[in-house]
This record gives sequence, C-alpha cells and structure tokens, in this order.
Amino acid sequence: MAYSEKVVDHYNNPRNVGSFAKETPGVGTGLVGAPECGDVMKLQIRVNVETGVIEDAKFKTFGCGSAIASSSLATEWLKGKSVDEAAKIKNTDIVNELKLPPVKIHCSVLAEDAIKAALTDYREKHASAPAGTTAR
Amino acid sequence: MALKFPIFMDAQSTTPVDPRVLAAMIPYFTEKFGHPASRNHPFDWEAEGAVDSAREKIARLIGARDPKEVVFTSGGTESINLALKGVAEMYKEKGNHIVTTVIEQRAGLDVCKRLERQGFAVTYVPVQADGLVDVARIREAITDKTILISVMFANNEVGTIQDVAAIGKLAKEKGILFHTDATQAVGKIPVDVEAMGVDLLSCTAHLVYGPKGVGALYVRRKGPRVRLAPMMDGGGHERGMRSGTLPVPLIVGFGRAAELCMEGMVEEGKRLAALRDRLQDAILSKVEDAYLNGHPERRLPQNLNVSFAYVEGESVLMGVNKETALSSGSACTSATLEPSYVIAALGASTELAHSSIRFSLHRFTTQEEVDYVTQRMIEVIKRLRDMSPLYELAKEGVDIKSIQWKAE
Repeated sequence: MAYSEKVVDHYNNPRNVGSFAKETPGVGTGLVGAPECGDVMKLQIRVNVETGVIEDAKFKTFGCGSAIASSSLATEWLKGKSVDEAAKIKNTDIVNELKLPPVKIHCSVLAEDAIKAALTDYREKHASAPAGTTAR
Repeated sequence: MALKFPIFMDAQSTTPVDPRVLAAMIPYFTEKFGHPASRNHPFDWEAEGAVDSAREKIARLIGARDPKEVVFTSGGTESINLALKGVAEMYKEKGNHIVTTVIEQRAGLDVCKRLERQGFAVTYVPVQADGLVDVARIREAITDKTILISVMFANNEVGTIQDVAAIGKLAKEKGILFHTDATQAVGKIPVDVEAMGVDLLSCTAHLVYGPKGVGALYVRRKGPRVRLAPMMDGGGHERGMRSGTLPVPLIVGFGRAAELCMEGMVEEGKRLAALRDRLQDAILSKVEDAYLNGHPERRLPQNLNVSFAYVEGESVLMGVNKETALSSGSACTSATLEPSYVIAALGASTELAHSSIRFSLHRFTTQEEVDYVTQRMIEVIKRLRDMSPLYELAKEGVDIKSIQWKAE
C-alpha cells in the first residue's frame, strides 16, 4: 500500500511524542485500543486549569504508520483548543487531512477515541475547572 | 562491494528471475513459438521437445522416477487446488475425510473449507510451538474414511521443515494418498518424492528464480497410480489432468531454473544458512525482547522470522521500506486484516503475531546487505519503541496482560 505524503511526514517526523506524569494537575490521559488488535494509543493533554485551554499534548502509539500519523496529527490539533472545542474533533477530519484509505479508517476512529478518553479523564479529575470558551 | 538499493529480503514471497533463466526463455517467445501439443510441423516439435526437456529437469529436482509424473499448471495455488479437489472428486466413493494442518498456505486451507461445504470432513492438525507437526497427531486424526493427507513441506512464514518422510511412511502404511505443498522447499533443500513417499507435490517457478505464472503438480504414476478429476476441461493436455495450451517460454524458464537449483543447492544452502545465522545472531543479541519464530534448526536456510515485542510490524516495514523490502505477519499488511495465523498457531500471543517480521534471503543476497539490514533494524526498532506506549508500560514494570484493554 502506498502512503500519502502527510502520513509519511508524520511517521518520519512525529509531533509531540512523549508522556506527561499522569498525576500532574491539568493532565488528562487516554489509553485506547488493544495489543491483540495491533493498535494502542496513549494520548495526553495538559490543560491550563484556569482557562480550560489545552496548552500541550503528547502521544505514544503502538500501531501501523497510519495509526502513528493519526495520533501525531491529533496532538497538533489539540494544542491551543479549549476542552470543549477539542471534543468536536471528528475522525473524518483526520481521514480527510491524512487521506487515509478505507482500510485505515479505524486508525482515525482510534485517535478520536483517544482524544475523548483524555478529555474524559481530565474532566473527572478537574470537575470544577472551566471548560474554556475561546481558543487563544 | 557497494550496496545497491533497495535491498530485497522478501524472497519467500517471490524471487527475481535469474538472468540465465531469462536468456533460456527469450527464443521461445519470438522464434520457437510452436504449439507443444499439436505436433504438425517443426515449430510444434521444437516446442514439444523444449517442454519435455523442462519436465525432465523438474522431475530430477524432486526425485520423480518418470517425467510424465510432472503436470504443468499456472503456479502453486493451481497445483494445490488440482491436488486437493482432484483427489476429493476422484476418491469420494472411497471416503470423505482429509487430514491437513493449521499452518498450510491460504490456498490449502481455502480449498479444504470449500470441500467442507461440499460435504467433506477435514481435520486440521495443530502444530507445536516450533512449527513442527507431531506425526502421532496425524496418525490419531486418520479414520477409515480418510482419503488424503496434505501437509506442507516447509512453511512460508517461519520456514519450519516437516518430517515429510515420516508422514509419507504413515500414509503408505494406511493406504492413504499424501500431498505436500513444497512451494517453499523445492530447489532450496533436498526433495525426493520416491524416498519420502510423496504421492502429490505442488511447486512453483517464481520462488526458484523462475518466471511467475507457471508451476507444477507431481502426480505419482506407480505404487500407487494416482488419479485426479481435472478442474479444466479441454484438449486433454497433461495426461488429461490439466487442459490448456502450455506456456512454453515459462515452462522452459522453470526447467532452466530447476536445473540451476539442482546444480547449486548444497553450496547455496550453506551460504544462505551462514548469512541467515549472521543476521539472526546480530539481531537477537542486539535487540532486547526479540523472539525467534519457528524451529531453530529444522528450518529453510533462507528464512528468519522474528517478533519484536512492543512494535507493530507494518510500522517497522514503513521505517525501512525505502531501502529494504521485508514482510510482516501484521494484520495491516495482509489482505484479510487478520494477523498471521501461522505465528498465532505457534502459540505466540496475537500481539507478537502483529510484531513479526520475516527476512528471506536469496541467491543474490550479500553479507554487506545482511549487515546493513541488521543496523537499520536496530535503529528502527529503537525509534518505534521510544514512541510505543506498550514499551513504556513494560519499562515501568506493568504487565501488559493485566490491563483491561477495550478492543474496538
């Protein structure tokens, strides 16, 4: 299978690889997928608890090139968005941006799941913090 | 010697045509283009002679007593189809049971599934962790309705070589026909249908530096005389088992390829095993949590299959594929989107099946290439592990199996 240029770029130069300490205030962690399915994504956001804006995002992914690219792209998009805005990112946005073929759509679904899981984790830990209304 | 890119290390998928094979084929496209089954004039006689000569070379390579026992087909898949369906149809009055293994090629498994839908019963014998079939398990699976045992000679993914002679002996003792899919073994290691008690054998040209589009099915003529129901009706070519005008240039190429394999087999086998061992030793000693798949000794000399824990196979290929061609048992590289059933059948976790990489060397592989690929693998695995959440968890001492994963 030939990969789109954007997938190759994210694979060769992944953005925001790494981890935050889970217990750091403002950090939300999503861990989705399963090793036996061949895809696991860990996606983390670090939110400014005063403004509700995502200041940083990091990922680590076990999976194919398209899974790596989907999660790398997701971290790029998350930065600077409010928690509410982040929840609106759809897998189809990722499919269009990376030009993923049909057999790779599940990679984008997993990335959306990872975003949702990280947001949920953040909200559970910071029930009283603002959700943020505007992006920077 | 300077390295030439890309490096091809996927020779159990296909091989390049040896230039000597191509040279032998070329006249049969434009000058010697007669019909080998028509026998009307010198063009036809010349073509017939060329086919007969190729048939003899292939017969010699597999130890067949009579060249007439070699039936030309379009390749391994057709040979396997003809063997299994042909026997099932011809011997269905005698019985309706077939014994095979779980690690056969897709063609073998898919034909068996079709036969099951048509009322045949199939027993799929499991393999041990090293990929070997326990012959005792085959014996246990045999019933008084068994008409055929079909076991591959050597596996395409992990290279494990079965005890074909023991299975052949068992088949003779029970009076059951024995087919072996030897597409990966023929031309690489000694194959002898007489000594090994093989009644039907499938092989293909494109894995032995011959052209794509031609293969052969060995069909025993004596002790016992095997009969097959043809799948193709027509001019009655190939002793009535496979009608259709023979592709003379391809057959000539297959013959020349067989001849070259026969001449160089011992030496080439030793050379490839030494290169493979060099690759294996370097990778297993320099990459932690890398596991050899298959049998450490009873293995094709050109094969190495390793699972690299915590990284997914397709992402490994993507990291090297600009300069090195390898293959993976990962779901992402298969048409079915399932991870390798062969690696899974060895009892490895599904995760390790997704992480398996096959290196398959060939006649033109050099030591420089092996050393280069070793170095690239070390780099790529490290880079991918640095971005793997599973590796991070393992380093933190978390047992990955203890996590409640939410599969899609």
